[in-house]
Amino acid sequence: MWHKSRNRRGGNPNAPAPVFAALGDETRLSLVARLSAGPPCSISQLTGGSRLTRQAISKHLRVLEHAGIVHGVRAGRQKLFEFDPRPMQEVRGYLDLVSEQWDQALARLRLFVEK
Amino acid sequence: MNDRIEKRIELKAPLSRVWRALTDYREFGAWFRVKLDGPFVPGEVSRGHITYPGYEHVKWEAVLQKLEPERLFSFTWHPYAVDPKTDYSKETPTLVEFKLEKTAGGTLLVLTESGFDKIPSDRRLEAFRRNDGGWTEQMQNVESHVAQKP
Repeated sequence: MWHKSRNRRGGNPNAPAPVFAALGDETRLSLVARLSAGPPCSISQLTGGSRLTRQAISKHLRVLEHAGIVHGVRAGRQKLFEFDPRPMQEVRGYLDLVSEQWDQALARLRLFVEK
Repeated sequence: MNDRIEKRIELKAPLSRVWRALTDYREFGAWFRVKLDGPFVPGEVSRGHITYPGYEHVKWEAVLQKLEPERLFSFTWHPYAVDPKTDYSKETPTLVEFKLEKTAGGTLLVLTESGFDKIPSDRRLEAFRRNDGGWTEQMQNVESHVAQKP
């Protein structure tokens, strides 16, 4: 299931997916929160209720698109943005894996120094 | 979401003991399960082989960063670099830091690994595939083996 996100994301598959960088911004986090909780939205919908300009929202959406976190989908003449949870799940899963290995290594270190 | 892993553990052993276990290359190898070719030298590449059962073909390679006595030990490396056919050297490594602090009962060890955003997404996927029946299962095998034959 994971390889699908790669194909959909396009571009160079060896390039790092800047997921953390994409999420390291309040505005983008709020866009992700909104899109992940509801249906796909247009830029106008996302701009409404925000103090930011359409251009600013558009710029943030491009960053999220580049990281594969949102995708633009055509709906007639409109472009809607939808949330894709996979890049975040993938990163989370990878960190869990590395984290688990450290837990095991540190447990061995404990046995080693406390014996 | 955080681009780093942090672990804090308190060890019932003196600071000097923990420092030696981390920075003496033979002692490090014993608990980390790697056979290193030589001592750790800041700025130099540390090489060796994993001795973890099933992973003996995997090379260990890290660049030693800091050795500040009884305080900080750090290196950069490529996490989960277990495919001998892949050249990981062009990828941005992560930074692993072990920070030590004396406590009433022994030593506080804070481990951090940071820089995961620079890891190619394909590499992350590969780690998943390899994890099926990988480290976790190996560990369970060892544990059950030990439990059966104390």
